[in-house]
Amino acid sequence: MSIYELVAAWFSDPGNWTGPGGIPARFAEHTAYSAAAMAVAAAIAVPLGLATGHTGRGGLLAVGLANAARALPTIGVMFLVVLAMGIGLVPVQVALVVLAVPPILVNTHEGVRAVDPGLRDAAAGMGMRGPQVLLRLELPVALPMVLLGLRTAAVQVVSTATIAAYVGVGGLGRFIFDGQNRQEFGMVAGGSLLVALMAVLVLVFFWLLRRLAVSPGLRAREAAVRE
Amino acid sequence: MITFEGVTKRYPDGTVALDGLDLRAPSGRTTVLVGSSGSGKTTALRAVNRLVEPTGGRVLIDGTDVRERDPALLRRSIGYVIQQAGLFPHRTVLDNIATVPLLLGWGRRRARSRAAELLELVGLEAAQGRRYPHQLSGGQQQRVGVARALAADPPVLLMDEPFSAVDPVVRAGLQDELLRLQSELHKTVLFVTHDIDEAVRLGDGIAVFRPGGVLAQYDTPERLLAEPVDTFVEGFVGYDRGVRRLSFFPASRLELHTDAVLDGGRTAGAAARTAAATGEPWLLVTGAGRAPLGWLSAGRAAAADPERPLESLELEGYGHIFHVEADSLRAALDAAVLSPAGRAVGVDPGGAVLGVVSQADLAAAIWSVGEDTVGEDTVGGDTVGGQDHG
Amino acid sequence: MGEVIRWDWIARGLEDPIGTAVLQHLQLSLVPIALGLLAALPLGVAAARWRRVYPPLLTVVNVLYAVPSIALFFLLLPYTGLTMWTAVLPLALYTLAILVPNIVDGLHQVPGHVRQAATAMGFGPLRRLVLVELPVAVPAVIAGLRVASVATISMVSVASMVGLGGLGALILREGFNNRFATPIIVGVVLTAVLAFAVDGLLVLAQRLLTPWVPRPARGRERKGVR
Repeated sequence: MSIYELVAAWFSDPGNWTGPGGIPARFAEHTAYSAAAMAVAAAIAVPLGLATGHTGRGGLLAVGLANAARALPTIGVMFLVVLAMGIGLVPVQVALVVLAVPPILVNTHEGVRAVDPGLRDAAAGMGMRGPQVLLRLELPVALPMVLLGLRTAAVQVVSTATIAAYVGVGGLGRFIFDGQNRQEFGMVAGGSLLVALMAVLVLVFFWLLRRLAVSPGLRAREAAVRE
Repeated sequence: MITFEGVTKRYPDGTVALDGLDLRAPSGRTTVLVGSSGSGKTTALRAVNRLVEPTGGRVLIDGTDVRERDPALLRRSIGYVIQQAGLFPHRTVLDNIATVPLLLGWGRRRARSRAAELLELVGLEAAQGRRYPHQLSGGQQQRVGVARALAADPPVLLMDEPFSAVDPVVRAGLQDELLRLQSELHKTVLFVTHDIDEAVRLGDGIAVFRPGGVLAQYDTPERLLAEPVDTFVEGFVGYDRGVRRLSFFPASRLELHTDAVLDGGRTAGAAARTAAATGEPWLLVTGAGRAPLGWLSAGRAAAADPERPLESLELEGYGHIFHVEADSLRAALDAAVLSPAGRAVGVDPGGAVLGVVSQADLAAAIWSVGEDTVGEDTVGGDTVGGQDHG
Repeated sequence: MGEVIRWDWIARGLEDPIGTAVLQHLQLSLVPIALGLLAALPLGVAAARWRRVYPPLLTVVNVLYAVPSIALFFLLLPYTGLTMWTAVLPLALYTLAILVPNIVDGLHQVPGHVRQAATAMGFGPLRRLVLVELPVAVPAVIAGLRVASVATISMVSVASMVGLGGLGALILREGFNNRFATPIIVGVVLTAVLAFAVDGLLVLAQRLLTPWVPRPARGRERKGVR
């Protein structure tokens, strides 16, 4: 059988679509792991990035740490955390959060820093207090960058959650590693395609989110800046 | 009234941005702070709404020290306009204008309808309220900036080089607009600029700052141009200050001559006779409603077929004209300099020629200006404080 | 885990597996960076010249960039087997998402009057590109290369999951599979060291290549991280 036939056969096997090891279940697991890690990472990194961006304090440290984190191999971070904490879902989640925080933090920080000082001056001059400047001016203007950071982190998390299956948790990576162990190439390729699909869905999700959440007044400027 | 009492701003590194400023900006008038960069004019402005906290002295608004008020509440009661307008890019024009009313807790509906009123006041169309700032031109953005500052009807307006980022033609339009608004609204305006022409145009009083944050002179525009206190101010107001000063004298004091003005229906022969009789080297030809058509030289009038009507001859363009009732001596001088005949054409509001001013008459008028003293030692009716000269 | 770092293991394994892994890692990352640059230059030049090409091209490389490397490695495996190409081809594709926009930005930075002056002096389009536009774009291109090389060097580790070598193999096979922390830490640290070393060399290269650029204002780096 050719590779295409193997993959087609795997996708068309109804047994692969049901039960706890079926495609929908694995897809749901993968989504749940990723979403949970993203929620925690965003809850940490967005407020932190807003704070460092707004006050200008600790920004260099945050950006430096995040840039250094970029040079670390994700599998190293993941296996180290799992080895230190033991096999299980929590260590995997911790590793995912650790990897997701830096891009969100840096982009949020840079996004807030990039707000035109003239706008801050206008906001303060009109009598906005610090939190009002942050929520009514800096956050909405920085939103495209915040979303870019979240998207970058989400792509990273979806990818790393795949590798997490190697240590025994669920998700789409299971198809890849189980298929590899059983020498079933249709399953390996099918799992890989599903992972790729999920990554594309993440892009679509963030594209929609940006259409909904970012003011049209910013989108034209953004087209010029281009991400 | 905004009062500066010995206001000093010294930064920790030792830089002095503002050095013991004493100044009173009267209510309902426009006071312009002018100077080069680093002269402390913006620091002075920002001390009023506490965006800068002075290290010495105090600022009072109608007798109350601004430090007694919560900074945010103080700022909501003061309009603030900055260079580049500082409009929020993520909000529509209408929502930008409604910013301060919303901060004051007006409720969305009332804030929006107030914003719509202001949009009209500054000369923008209602449809532009739904747009975003980047969809407007620089001049329109600046108008929105002014509307936003006026939204909560603050008695005091601080304007920090609001028109310096737009081109000269648009700037002139914005200045006119501000003069019109001020004639209706009578706000207490502090206006910062580095452009002495803008200062002269807009200010009831002008405070000139010298580098180091020291007030050099505070006076009415007329006196500033007539009697700069020292060489610094003289240099700052420009070596053409004499010409600028002509702006404060009406053109109506000029003597107008009509003997060299001829209707286009008259003949070249008649024109040649008039030229000979008056000794005028240039004749002004007018058309329907006495509107100017152009200049005819005496030589050409003599050389032309005596029977031809003047309007069929080739005439020199009449160039600039001045409005006798509305314009200043400066406009008349301008018109004369730009005219091929070296003479200025004065017209009435309907555009009909009232007469021609000869160079000799202009020279006499300018000479009399030099003799004139600027009588009032006041800015906008209140005595000028803080500056002693004489 | 006992001792976190077993120095004796490191001492014994300096040459093999550590040294071997470093060399493999360099090969698996530098080849895709070089290939990526080779492909990105004509793509970037084309996108800068024919502006309509650019948005769709950008969408394609951005979507590719989002697809996890592990998926691409496994999809390529039956075609390329356990050769370096299994890792090199996807990684080279990823660099395009960073390099192409940087090249386009860099080329757009060439001021119009410089371009016109070059044309006025009789430069044809190709000579102008090679002698004027590309040199002006060098800082932007190197800024892109720096981001791309750090990302690639870190991503190569994933190639160990399909059975390829490099520092990822040290982490996975020597470390995790033996529940032994030392090789993992060594792998992580060395990956970061390699990334910073290559980054430093690129900074140096830019100073040598573009002596006219003032030091503090190195190539305009794009804000944020990918």
